[in-house]
Amino acid sequence: MSREKILAAVKFNQPAANPLPDMEVLNTLTDVRTDLVSKYKTIATGGGSFVYEVSGFDEIKTIINNEFKPGVKIISALNELSDYIYADTVKHEDGHNFADVELTVLRTNLGVAENGALWLTEKEMGSRVLPFIAQHLAVVIGKDDFVPTMAQAYQTIGDAGYGYGSFISGPSKTADIEQSLVIGAHGPRSLSVFIL
Amino acid sequence: MSTATTKDHPHLAADFNRDEPRVNWHDETLWWVRAKRDIAAHKLPEWELLRETASQIKFNVLSNLSAYLEQFEANAAKNGIIVHWAADAAEHNQIVHSLLEQRGITKMVKSKSMLTEECHLNEYLKEHGIDVIDSDLGERIVQLANEPPSHIVLPCIHKKKEEIGDIFHEHLGSAKGESDPKILTETARQHLREVFLTRRAALTGVNFAVAETGEFVICTNEGNADMGAHLAEIHIASMGIEKIIPERKHLGVFLRLLTRSATGQPITTYSSHFSKPQDGTEIHIVIVDNGRSIQLGREDFRNSLKCIRCGACMNTCPVYRKSGGHSYHTAVAGPIGSILAPNLDMKKYADLPFASTLCGSCSNVCPVKIDIHDQLYKWRQVIVKEGYSPKTKTLAMKAMALTLASPTLYRMGGKTGRLVFKYVPFAVNNKLNPWYNQREMPKAPDESFGEWYAKRKGAKNS
Repeated sequence: MSREKILAAVKFNQPAANPLPDMEVLNTLTDVRTDLVSKYKTIATGGGSFVYEVSGFDEIKTIINNEFKPGVKIISALNELSDYIYADTVKHEDGHNFADVELTVLRTNLGVAENGALWLTEKEMGSRVLPFIAQHLAVVIGKDDFVPTMAQAYQTIGDAGYGYGSFISGPSKTADIEQSLVIGAHGPRSLSVFIL
Repeated sequence: MSTATTKDHPHLAADFNRDEPRVNWHDETLWWVRAKRDIAAHKLPEWELLRETASQIKFNVLSNLSAYLEQFEANAAKNGIIVHWAADAAEHNQIVHSLLEQRGITKMVKSKSMLTEECHLNEYLKEHGIDVIDSDLGERIVQLANEPPSHIVLPCIHKKKEEIGDIFHEHLGSAKGESDPKILTETARQHLREVFLTRRAALTGVNFAVAETGEFVICTNEGNADMGAHLAEIHIASMGIEKIIPERKHLGVFLRLLTRSATGQPITTYSSHFSKPQDGTEIHIVIVDNGRSIQLGREDFRNSLKCIRCGACMNTCPVYRKSGGHSYHTAVAGPIGSILAPNLDMKKYADLPFASTLCGSCSNVCPVKIDIHDQLYKWRQVIVKEGYSPKTKTLAMKAMALTLASPTLYRMGGKTGRLVFKYVPFAVNNKLNPWYNQREMPKAPDESFGEWYAKRKGAKNS
């Protein structure tokens, strides 16, 4: 009932057709000479992330083993980091089971230099709640996987299908109490980014 | 908020203004956020092009809204999302309630949604025995204080950390006198984690809904929308009809503008795209009109539907900063709220378009180029014409019109005024004169321009 009523009212009241603007200019308005990795690093660090440029997975393992006590629950979505619980094997588990996860390690192929955002879909996450419920989050990305702005990011995503996807740009944070920035609101208390 | 307020903006602002240091603090805090917005905007050479593009996309949306809504509905349904339509606040609240009732759910976690504030959903559900907990930290704080948010992005911007400490001590068991934002945030984290892990239903707002794909996007810094939605068996998303954008690629434009305008951040921590429900769970979306289609038909005001709720117009508004969000007695405060509210109830919100200096700062910072101050000026004319203007103002304007229309009255008025200022200044320098409240009265000249001119002319001719 209301559906028809709303649609009829909208149709009756909407102005005459107006064309969509040209988006091409925004897609091309980028300085290609910019070093995207260093730009990303500056922005992401400014947003509270820890960024490591690493030579390989052994180095990542070393950093993780230095940062986290042995025995804590770590879930990894990467084949190369097989010392930990493999995300694929737990992806059908109830999200509530992940309440005690200390660290989740995920892999992405798309990072945005202008704002430090990393694009992750359900496929990369294993379970949707994993990047949020873990006390800490780490993401592995290749050094060639950065685009300058969100315009190119959506060109890269294109019309890909996903159930759920998120741009994650740092640790969970809030500034609701007198505008004091506090890291670690409801989601991860830290975001570590490993650039390969 | 459901209790009808009898006070209008000037009176509510006067209440807020009693504590002058607090007003200055509120003013400075918001200006600091506004300054961060400027820095972020100036970092992008294409900022103006982005604003113009966003404004044009939104204009296209408004001109084609019925088709986009149908397209969104069809695609969302294809993705397995269940779509509901609500003509007004009451229907929206009933739909949400019935979804919970059918499943025997009596507790829900909610992430920020100004639409549900507009619909007074929390009060409605409470009356029906459903416990709602707001999970955005700022919203949780005002909820515990039994207040509505005073700002759409910074809900408890009016509260001092010591007051928040007292609230947390009373409700969440933090130590008495604790006011460290870090410790208070950790207290809320522990409390809300328990909530996320035990709620079967989660409600969120919607920042953008994409017609082309049937997905919708929610932006938070805390991750509370995701924690709620991913752990619940049913996720209800409430959205106004104006949240639609045509294609996925247009998100690139709006996500670049939203937080830079809101807080000066380059993007929120989380910009989450919900397309399909997870296995074993449901996503419901409630598409709400509640007066928006009427506003769409008002040519002078339809641009207000372009709003992406960044709050930049509030942060920059000299009136908002010095009168506080609660003085607007509506869910969306500040300049944009003062355009949206009279559409819902012209009589109740007739005071709001007057709560502006018309300085134009709001229009200058608006990321989608809404002509906010022009619309406020136009609302004033509509409100006066419809007879809803404040009584004192109407009388004063009538007296002014009469005086200005008659040279004799005008001269007499001027003379009386000058005499009063000179011989009985206490007749104007008192609390009955609202103009005197915040300023010194000027010194009156000895003669009027007319008298001076006549004298000068006489001297020349002689």
